[in-house]
Amino acid sequence: MVNIDICKQKEISGILVRFEKRRDSLLPILIEVNRIHGFITPIAMAEIAEFLEIPVAEVHGVVSFYHFLSTKKRGKYTVRLCKTISCEMAGKEKIEKILKKELGINFGETTSDGLFTLEYTNCIGMCDKSPAMLVNDNVYFNLTPEKVIKVIDELRKRD
Amino acid sequence: MNREMIDIRIDGKEFKVEKGTTILEACKMAGINIPTLCYHPDLTVAGICRICVVEIEGMKTLTPACAFQIERPVSVKTNSPKIRKARRINLDLLLSEHYGDCYTCVRNGKCELQSLARDYGIDNYRFPSVIKPKYEIDNSSYAIVRDQNKCISCKRCIRTCIDLQKVGALETFGRGHSVRISTALNKPIAEVICINCGQCINRCPTGALRANDPADFIWEAIDDPEKFVIIQTAPSPRAAIGEEFGYPPGTSVTKKLNAALRRIGFDRVFDTNFAADLTIMEEGSELIERLKKRIVEGDEIVKVPMITSCSPGWVKFAEHYYPEHLNHLSTCKSPQQMFGAIIKTYYARKVGIDPSKIVVVALMPCAAKKFECNRPEMRDSGFKDVDFGLTTREMATMIKEAGIDLKDMPEKDFDHPLGLGSGAGLIFGATGGVMEAAIRTVYEIVTGKPVPFKNLEITPIRGMEGVREASLTIENTLPEYRWLEGVTLNVAVAHGTANAKKIMDKVVKGEADYHFIEIMACPGGCLGGGGQPIPTTPEIRMARARAIYEEEKNLPVRKSHENPELQQLYKEFLKHPLSEVSHKLLHTHYTPRGKYFFVG
Repeated sequence: MVNIDICKQKEISGILVRFEKRRDSLLPILIEVNRIHGFITPIAMAEIAEFLEIPVAEVHGVVSFYHFLSTKKRGKYTVRLCKTISCEMAGKEKIEKILKKELGINFGETTSDGLFTLEYTNCIGMCDKSPAMLVNDNVYFNLTPEKVIKVIDELRKRD
Repeated sequence: MNREMIDIRIDGKEFKVEKGTTILEACKMAGINIPTLCYHPDLTVAGICRICVVEIEGMKTLTPACAFQIERPVSVKTNSPKIRKARRINLDLLLSEHYGDCYTCVRNGKCELQSLARDYGIDNYRFPSVIKPKYEIDNSSYAIVRDQNKCISCKRCIRTCIDLQKVGALETFGRGHSVRISTALNKPIAEVICINCGQCINRCPTGALRANDPADFIWEAIDDPEKFVIIQTAPSPRAAIGEEFGYPPGTSVTKKLNAALRRIGFDRVFDTNFAADLTIMEEGSELIERLKKRIVEGDEIVKVPMITSCSPGWVKFAEHYYPEHLNHLSTCKSPQQMFGAIIKTYYARKVGIDPSKIVVVALMPCAAKKFECNRPEMRDSGFKDVDFGLTTREMATMIKEAGIDLKDMPEKDFDHPLGLGSGAGLIFGATGGVMEAAIRTVYEIVTGKPVPFKNLEITPIRGMEGVREASLTIENTLPEYRWLEGVTLNVAVAHGTANAKKIMDKVVKGEADYHFIEIMACPGGCLGGGGQPIPTTPEIRMARARAIYEEEKNLPVRKSHENPELQQLYKEFLKHPLSEVSHKLLHTHYTPRGKYFFVG
């Protein structure tokens, strides 16, 4: 059982000092922790709870509400394919297949080298240029299987 | 100050209401009933269930009456085809996610969802209904059982836990159709910061939250001829259990309850008020000792203010949130636990019964008492001091199961020698009662005279204010208490742990100059406990308090130290307060626990 009270383990104190001790700092803190660490651990949640003097359950509840906040370790790049109707009609299925094949994982999984996590997203507003996907904060649109392979290769090379 | 008044129309009739009144409040004043579900008078408004929707002229959509504050003249309709249709659909949708296992549900007949479905025309399941439960029932806690399958996400429990109790054990998780109520990290309730107060149970509209019921084990003990089953009844259940049998709130049924308990098969019926008197003797003496060490000897290790420790919800709250300040808590066990320890030692010897054959059941208004009696440190008699904590609601069910209607019972007294409680013990049930009882005794020990209040009623600390303070200057002390001459005793009373937190934060910062603080975990004190009949509202709690104070007035003994059976116990067994035997049996220690995640 994690026990912040006894081990006094700190993971995110460096991040917390930049924020005001106000309840409405909760979401900015979570976004920042998620950006820097890639996910939010139970210990980090407890630290935030202690900092803002709110229950851990409240922190966890907010984390669970937002899909872009993660409680599991993610890859360096999170690929989110739009699963909504316009993209679906514009050939999402083909993109789905090639992503799975290229990365060797299913949706919801992370590659063993820790580079990629594959997920779905709801509409990202790119219906006129569908199918579309997000890689971290970048949008890729008018996707074709060739284009997907190129994007993935470039990301691999970058590392 | 004159508040702005606004003219409104409800169902064609004209009314004047103060600006800022909600439509729901206005309708209540006008005598118009609006169904509600997520609304509760003790809690902040959420406006999420949409059962209380009404039509406002000029507005396209329906509006929840609970959340709409009247700021301008409005014309409201509370009954129209549109409203009836919306309510039905909303109820249908709620039912489509509710595992409606009504026959076996603890809330059968007392479920708000069930009665809304009955009253608002639900005659079939328009949407698919839940045939099989999806979630496992969380049985982990001694006090609270959570059945997610019956939850309709009204969030009353969440608001109770954070608004009234400042704990926040429960929260909503996920979003959209997959939203559910859970605990931090989805841990079982026994493994998160929960103080077992059970206030969430009292406010749950369905059977999603209930107390952990030991009735079957108690029946087993009653049916076992080898076992000698003793029940002790706390002051609050007797002022509330009548509600389960059709009496109006605020009817005291002490003597009828005694008869019913004997009829059920309990071998002895004792009065926890006796143990409350014992607590006052020990706690009062401890207070005097602490004050002496602090004032006369200048001992800085002894902590003042001393804080009461009768409420197991409060004790666990302190263990979680103020682990460094547990020395402020009186070392006295609660009356329930003191009584258990006395029954299995003194009483067992006196009547010649093997204590291993004795089963002590405590009828309590409380869910946390179930946790308390299972604490490992509560075995000082050599046995489990109290075997089972039973709530008022569970007792009512046992009485009904035995085929008894409380209304038909004759009036019977408690058994003796542990069945005489003073009025001071009785008022333990209301917030401020322990303080009042303690002051009555401490003042008289120190000065030899009764407290300078008419009829012994220390009115400044009575009432339902969240935090109450009072001061009392001690004059004309007896020779051995000269050191207290002219000392002004500052006391405070808080109920609901949100109020407790206000006081404790002052104590921690060193801003409080109190000598003695009474804290009860539940709003209203024990009479509003998590084991009391459902529903609970401020009015119901006030009615129960009135019943307790009325009964108290007419009792022959009204001060703990004048209880003759208690004097006999001291003479024959304990010798004097804070004696070696007292320390062994009646005092305890506390366990520091984690603030954020569960420890110990």
